[in-house]
Amino acid sequence: MIAETGLAALWPAAGLALLQFVLMIVALRSGADVRRAMRSIAVVQGVLTLVAFAMLLIVFARSDMSVALVFENSNSAKPFIYKVAGAWGNHEGSMLMWVTILAAAGAFVALLAHRTSERTTVAALGAQAVLALGFYAFLLIASNPFARLWPAPMDGQGLNPLLQDPGLAFHPPTLYLGYVGLSVAFSFAVGALLTGEVDSRLARAMRPWVLGAWVLLTLGITAGSYWAYYELGWGGYWFWDPVENASLMPWLAATALLHSINVLAARGALKAWTMMLAVIAFSMSMVGTFLVRSGILTSVHAFAIDPQRGTFLLALLAIYVGAAFTLFAVRAPGLKEGAPFELVSRESGLVVNNLILSVVLGVVFVGTLYPLFVEAVSGEKLSVGAPYFDAVAGPLALLLAILVGIGPLIAWRRERRPVFKPLAIPALLGVTALAITIILAPGMRILPRLGFTVSAYLAAASFLPLVKRNPLRAPLATWGMVVAHFGIAVALVGMAANAAFSSERLAIAKPGDILTVGPWAVQLADVTPTAGKNWTAIEAELRASRSSGVITLAPESRFYSDPPTETSESAIRTFWNGQLYTVIGKQDVSGAWQLRLWWKPFVTLIWAGGALIAIGGALALLGRLWRLVWRPRREHDWRRERYA
Amino acid sequence: MSRAVRFAPLVFLLAIIAALVWRLATPVDSNVHSTLEGKPLPAFDLPPILPSKPALSSADLATGRPHLVNVFASWCVPCVTEVKVLQALKERGVPIDGIAIRDRAPDLADFLARNGDPYERIGSDSQSRVQISLGSSGVPESFVVDGKGVIRFQQIGPIEASDVPMILSKIEQAR
Repeated sequence: MIAETGLAALWPAAGLALLQFVLMIVALRSGADVRRAMRSIAVVQGVLTLVAFAMLLIVFARSDMSVALVFENSNSAKPFIYKVAGAWGNHEGSMLMWVTILAAAGAFVALLAHRTSERTTVAALGAQAVLALGFYAFLLIASNPFARLWPAPMDGQGLNPLLQDPGLAFHPPTLYLGYVGLSVAFSFAVGALLTGEVDSRLARAMRPWVLGAWVLLTLGITAGSYWAYYELGWGGYWFWDPVENASLMPWLAATALLHSINVLAARGALKAWTMMLAVIAFSMSMVGTFLVRSGILTSVHAFAIDPQRGTFLLALLAIYVGAAFTLFAVRAPGLKEGAPFELVSRESGLVVNNLILSVVLGVVFVGTLYPLFVEAVSGEKLSVGAPYFDAVAGPLALLLAILVGIGPLIAWRRERRPVFKPLAIPALLGVTALAITIILAPGMRILPRLGFTVSAYLAAASFLPLVKRNPLRAPLATWGMVVAHFGIAVALVGMAANAAFSSERLAIAKPGDILTVGPWAVQLADVTPTAGKNWTAIEAELRASRSSGVITLAPESRFYSDPPTETSESAIRTFWNGQLYTVIGKQDVSGAWQLRLWWKPFVTLIWAGGALIAIGGALALLGRLWRLVWRPRREHDWRRERYA
Repeated sequence: MSRAVRFAPLVFLLAIIAALVWRLATPVDSNVHSTLEGKPLPAFDLPPILPSKPALSSADLATGRPHLVNVFASWCVPCVTEVKVLQALKERGVPIDGIAIRDRAPDLADFLARNGDPYERIGSDSQSRVQISLGSSGVPESFVVDGKGVIRFQQIGPIEASDVPMILSKIEQAR
């Protein structure tokens, strides 16, 4: 009954989405005020999808093997939390989660959108309904999550043990929330292009959604990077894998949008460009979902591959993005650009920021899809690897990091003061860092060296917007910007230190052998068998010491029973100045064990920086919401006065 | 904003969609092709493992007629089912030689007695040296080698009954 309830909730939800779309067309043609009806429909639609999703969670929690999806992706021996997480650790479940978040976001837009005009709100809600409609069709036609099996099997086929990890419980939902947050920006942009009301009010209505989505994408990417780092046992934090790129591309577009939307909100300028970015940001989310779910590109991330699903997603992508681009092409000439700005101004700075981010986005996009085109043209198979991305995106990222220190110091519209004067101290710090790396590590490669230089400069420069004003009275959004920009410097130090100072040791060892890696002496003390709820393992006991004291690490090589899969559980110990990372591999014929050891100085700063960037975004979001909730009336009155 | 600029995103999107549609429409060739295909076998001279079987060297494979070289082991489970398919290939006239990986004589004799013996020659590759030089990373794998000792085809994983016509045609092409 539970599964049937879930399915029964999806059909009327799809019907309501259709109704919402029809209402939008009627309202835009006749000018009737349908906002109240629209609001109720959007809310009911959101509730229905939440019911459907709750039903899916229940069948997974109860291990109801008569539901095909549970049988294929779960097992009664799995720990409870992974049973529940299994609900979205598969294609159908994740699509239901996507549509649930989409509909819930639509409901929130309906409840909260007081800033945009009635016509634009209705148009945006209609666009959001069309988005949801496609995914309802997808779920109900091509990937029903509630299909039953008869007779019901005794037990399920498990779940990829790599995914049996706390990371799985939060990583996909975080990214999906981010993607769908961008869908709201898309819907607002489409709505505003339909009504022609692209103005600072629209930007202010869109901004919290973009900020929220961007924070979640930042968190999702940071967490995903750490997950790959400790779970895959390869010691790397970013592989430029197509699936990683699929999450990076929407983030890059959202980062650009986040900055350009401020220009629109503050000065009413960059109208067409901001609308384009809003469309592109969500398009990149859809491209990402398509790449991941269609299995069109080879990747270390194995997901269900089904050409029918790929075709369906591609059709949705073509319809939505094609329609939005057509709308843009037709309506863009009608947009009146806002206040003009001079060459040296905050606006120009943000334009440069957008240009660099767009180029990086293009680089990643081309690198990810290039193998596809080469094969289409010449039939040759190839893959674009880290060297290309590092060589092209690395210098651009460093250039952007330099400009990040300057941009926030420039005034809006035009800057008459000398901008570079306050940057003397940060620049001096950067040069000092450069000198230190040249003296202490003359053999360092150029990118890590520049990484240290730029991060030393940026760490200081990021705080300049707070100088010469009372930091406590600075708006929360300014603090958010400072923290996020400082986070870039922190992450950059981690990446540079990891690239320059990591030491790696791959060796065969017998119990009793001592290996050195970086400053550490690591002894393989013992290897013992061990077992968990649904796995057995070989566990090594490693005793590591540097100047004084001994610490023990226990990396495992695990064997999961259902489905039979081997994974390596790395053992990682974090210190203030780095991480000791250990992996145990196979036993060879002579009885010795493969050991992989890394000493990674300051590698944790990469994720600490990512977290700071997300915290900065969250602070800015809080600041914006604070104003929205506490000062809407005052702003409203002010506007009425102004336009009266 | 000029017309060309306004419509550029749409045109770009259509190009991408076209490429992706093409990609979805053409079946993916998921086989990994060996870079050794078309190249001569690396020179090797393996010792015998069973007294009843002659040993195998690269010279034995350049005798003017195509061979199927099967990389296998008595401890390999998929090889048990594969050897029956090899038997069928042998009955269709395909000469088959074996490279036994990290194997022991009594185990191998037992394996052949139990599952059948399609092999003309078997060389013992006790340290996987020849296997690695052939670019093979596991068992079973098979190579179609033409009469001049040039590798024409590499099969990764077991040859299944459904692969028999394909292998026969590869042997035919190698003549």
